[in-house]
Amino acid sequence: MASPESAVNGPTMTAGAASKSLRNAFGGVIAFIILVLIGVLAFSIRLFSVIKYESVIHEFDPYFNYRVTQFLSKNGIYDFWNWFDDRTWYPLGRVIGGTVYPGLTLTAGTIWKVVNSLNIPLSVETVCVFTAPIFSAFASWAAYLLTKEVKGPGAGLTAAALLAMVPSYISRSVAGSYDNEAVAIFALVFTFYLYIKTLNTGSLFYATLNALAYFYMVCSWGGYTFIINLIPMHVLLCIVTGRYSSRLYIAYAPLVVLGTLLASLVPVVGFNAVLTSEHFASFLVFIIIHVVALAYYIKGILSPKMFKVAVTLVVSVGLAVCCAVIAILIAVVASSPTKGWSGRSLTLLDPTYASKYIPIIASVSEHQPPTWPSYFMDINVLAFLVPAGIIACFMPLTDSSSFVILYIVTSVYFSGVMVRLMLVLAPAACILSGIALSEAFNVLTRSIKFQLPGIAGNPSIASEENGSSTVVAPNDIPKTEEAAKEKPAKKNRKKEKENVEKKPTPSKTEKRLLVLPLEASVIAVLLLVLLGAFYVVHCVWAAAEAYSAPSIVLTSHSNDGGLHVFDDFREAYSWLSHNTDVDDKVASWWDYGYQTTAMANRTVLVDNNTWNNTHIATVGTAMSSPEKQAWEIFHSLDVKYVLVVFGGVVGYPSDDINKFLWMVRIGGGVFPHIKEPDYLRDGQYRIDAQATPTMLNCLMYKLSYFRFVETDGKGFDRVRRTEIGKKHFKLTHFEEVFTTHHWMVRIYKLKPQRNRIRGKTKKSKSSRSVSSKRDVRGKRNPWH
Amino acid sequence: LSLSQVENTGKAAASDVLLAFPPTEAEHLAEVKAQAASGKKRKKTYAHLIVEPTDVPDAPNGAKGFRLALHNPLSPGETTTIEVLYMLTHSMEPFPAEISQSDPQLVYYRDSAYILSPYRIKQQTTFIKTPSTNVQSFSRVEPTNRAGMELKYGPYEDLPAYSYSPVLVHFENNNPFAVVEELVREVEISHWGNLQITEHYTLAHGGAKLKGVFSRVDYQSRPSASGVSSFKNLLARLPPRVHSVYYRDEIGNISSSRLRTDSRKSELEIEPRYPLFGGWKSTFIIGYGLPLEDFLFESTDGKRYLNFTFGCPLSGTVVDKLTLKVVLPEGSKDPSAVIPFPVEEHMETKYSYLDVVGRPVLVLEKKNVVPEHNIPFQVYYTFNPIFMLAEPLMLVSTVFFLFASCVAYLHIDISIRKG
Repeated sequence: MASPESAVNGPTMTAGAASKSLRNAFGGVIAFIILVLIGVLAFSIRLFSVIKYESVIHEFDPYFNYRVTQFLSKNGIYDFWNWFDDRTWYPLGRVIGGTVYPGLTLTAGTIWKVVNSLNIPLSVETVCVFTAPIFSAFASWAAYLLTKEVKGPGAGLTAAALLAMVPSYISRSVAGSYDNEAVAIFALVFTFYLYIKTLNTGSLFYATLNALAYFYMVCSWGGYTFIINLIPMHVLLCIVTGRYSSRLYIAYAPLVVLGTLLASLVPVVGFNAVLTSEHFASFLVFIIIHVVALAYYIKGILSPKMFKVAVTLVVSVGLAVCCAVIAILIAVVASSPTKGWSGRSLTLLDPTYASKYIPIIASVSEHQPPTWPSYFMDINVLAFLVPAGIIACFMPLTDSSSFVILYIVTSVYFSGVMVRLMLVLAPAACILSGIALSEAFNVLTRSIKFQLPGIAGNPSIASEENGSSTVVAPNDIPKTEEAAKEKPAKKNRKKEKENVEKKPTPSKTEKRLLVLPLEASVIAVLLLVLLGAFYVVHCVWAAAEAYSAPSIVLTSHSNDGGLHVFDDFREAYSWLSHNTDVDDKVASWWDYGYQTTAMANRTVLVDNNTWNNTHIATVGTAMSSPEKQAWEIFHSLDVKYVLVVFGGVVGYPSDDINKFLWMVRIGGGVFPHIKEPDYLRDGQYRIDAQATPTMLNCLMYKLSYFRFVETDGKGFDRVRRTEIGKKHFKLTHFEEVFTTHHWMVRIYKLKPQRNRIRGKTKKSKSSRSVSSKRDVRGKRNPWH
Repeated sequence: LSLSQVENTGKAAASDVLLAFPPTEAEHLAEVKAQAASGKKRKKTYAHLIVEPTDVPDAPNGAKGFRLALHNPLSPGETTTIEVLYMLTHSMEPFPAEISQSDPQLVYYRDSAYILSPYRIKQQTTFIKTPSTNVQSFSRVEPTNRAGMELKYGPYEDLPAYSYSPVLVHFENNNPFAVVEELVREVEISHWGNLQITEHYTLAHGGAKLKGVFSRVDYQSRPSASGVSSFKNLLARLPPRVHSVYYRDEIGNISSSRLRTDSRKSELEIEPRYPLFGGWKSTFIIGYGLPLEDFLFESTDGKRYLNFTFGCPLSGTVVDKLTLKVVLPEGSKDPSAVIPFPVEEHMETKYSYLDVVGRPVLVLEKKNVVPEHNIPFQVYYTFNPIFMLAEPLMLVSTVFFLFASCVAYLHIDISIRKG
């Protein structure tokens, strides 16, 4: 790469060093302006949700983060660390300060504090809503820095622009999507950048920064284990391929030492930083790199003959030490039941693990494997550009480009396991596509320029690419000349095949400088621009239509073009917060736990932090039990209200009836008297007249369809597209206290105990015996 | 609407006239107005009289007194006609206190058949108008008549001073009892041309509490028979030329509102998130901007004054406690309020966008506010326009110093050792 560049730039170089430095300065200014614009783009493309809907926190987890941030801004950092939250997981409670990744909340809390100390009265909510777009701008800049370290500023700018609007990342960072991932992706990319930077410079300064960035990442997201496994893998790769250098040592050793020390400062990680298997790879590689460093050192001071002697000595001693260490490790690991791995990590290593053993992880839709269309939806044309980028990274293969290749390969695997980890893939795909696009433009515009020396007006991108390449050139000089000469030809052939399929294969390749036919180059440039335009259109569409809905507010377009708003969730939460006692306990499926505590400020049994499977199973059991058993379970847990989400009236598909099988599965996993086949008719889940009596008598069915038949006279469920099986029934232990406008949320109150004593038990007993559900009645309440 | 209007016409002879109210009524007394009528029946002219609270020395059981100052002192033997209008909030008590969704709302109204007065009364008649013909019961203090929607007590003659005879009327009243328990209105003056008003409401249904279930089926399918005393929308009358109106609560925008504007008024029709039944509560915030030139004027002595409406813009509601905060621009001095009725006043300081010394806030508090209080009041203050430039200059200088420090940094060699 270096040699063609210098050849092209030959004429300009003769013009003098002054003009070159001026041009570099000019390029720097342009690059700076472009970066600012990319930041603006990344921020503003995420504002569709605010413009189309409103400035509000989205979905489920962001509500929890918002609530934590509110607490932090109100009570200060020390109370935050010591916060025991008694409004969730009743009666257990949850130690928030010790179980939450504090990075996001501390970040937003700091922003809020700074802004308010300047007397700019922004509310906590506003700060939370806009944290994610701000950090996605940061993430694009970090992607620029990282790609610049790998392939130069041109590729960096392209990658930054791609990352600014990649749909996968937009889906997690639109305004209002106040979730850990929003800041974590920035932290992830920035940590990788600092690692590469250290690797390229060998500077301890950057190594320290790297550890700090890693610390921020650990604070922000559980995905930090990806970093602490990927970097050791890369180090190992470098060592194995004979690329060991002191720079590699400086890049790695301080990170492990400082990073682990810092990571264990985060309460939620604590001693996990040294105890769990997720971190063992880093320690193992830490040992290996020291052994290798020692070997290189000894090799340096000994004569070759002596060295051979030393090698045998060291290898034998080293092997013994290694065996001892590994034996200890295995002993430690084997002593824990899950072999030291957390459930989610095991799911990553064995994609079938969760569905076999942990239904609660498998029940979350974002933990499912993605489908092929979702790749196209989330990374779009990047999926086609990535292979080209990988090839571009191979010529020449440097330490940094090998890291990027490793990054993309692992993240592709992880994204294939869990759709949510598509988010980790997105930056890698952007970086590699940036490299691919940049290299392609580089080659194509160079051939145009070479064949048209008279034309001064190259496309602006071309001049920028060239300008940027001159900056990189000094870095690349140490690389082998032959490789640089040999590989461009291959690279271009392959890349053209990958990128621009319509383009004919290069007709001629010169010995020193590759030149493509003029027409082909022009067409290829146009096609690439078209590809980019397609990507932009898709991203804007995805940002505007697909990923902006806050999910607590639903809208539909009526036939006359009007907008109909379904604001039932907030209607229900608002009702709960104003018309129930402040200490009442509300039972619902865990999906709505965070929202209930944040919006209604009521105590819930279970929430989206699914740390206690038994507790969730209890709620699942109650929902799957007949009314009386359910009443007993809820009553023993002090529950006053039961909240169910029901979409049958308006056709809202993700309601509790559709989630109900998971409740049965999770409940049945702990309390075996709940059996999934009891709820299925011939393996089919149905709620019509064919449904099993167990299904028709369970609490969830009754609470969802209570008096539903009176709406249209038939009881036609618009989600399941069928008439319900049991239409007329009464509730004996629950009473309806609130149903929202579109029936999406129904709240029931547990009747007080005396009603049961007044002969009501007899009645329910008789009704149940009619429905032939005697076996369930015999089961005891698990909480007694 | 829980205010009852009782009109009373009395004859008296003195230079000023005392009115008396029992303590239970005095607590909920929103407004007392008096006017002296002169002339014959058809051609009556009214002269407004000043009413001020006073202590009645020999009042029994803590009755509270008000003094009316007559324009022309009455010489003995002379008669005059005074009309007194007073309004009470929360004068009706729902009974039964809890009703189910399909029940009508019945209320008690307690009063005295005789008006409480420090004077001897020659003749008196009390009329009580009920909103419906369904009167369950009423106490009898003979002579008592009932005709349709009207109850007539009296005429009674030669009553001694401070005579009292409690009456109780039990009747159906399905008017929604919309009570704003607390309203905080914040009026923020910006001399850049905007008047920003933010109103925080705590709304409650003060009627009979809903007992047991709320069934959406019944509510939606039989609107006439179910939840007759509930209400689901309210009307806010806002000044004309209102802009950037928002309606939200602490968890976000409430989408069910409509704004109609014309050149004379703006009407904002709002629906709370859910229909309010008896005992249910809701909170929300309404905010809007108004052009400053409609409300801010300069007085002859060089002071500026804000001329704005006191009271609650929601029609048909009473406000238990209203706090009105007038946020003056940073740097304004000597605020003083001119209000035609007594309110509590104190000062606060508020820090808003980039404030350094803070904005003076004049806080006015009043209990029992009824729509009759929607009358203009004035806040006078002095303000030097140079303060308007403080914040822009601050921003400009910050940016300037930022660039200056960047330039300086780029030109200073801060390396320790020359490489």
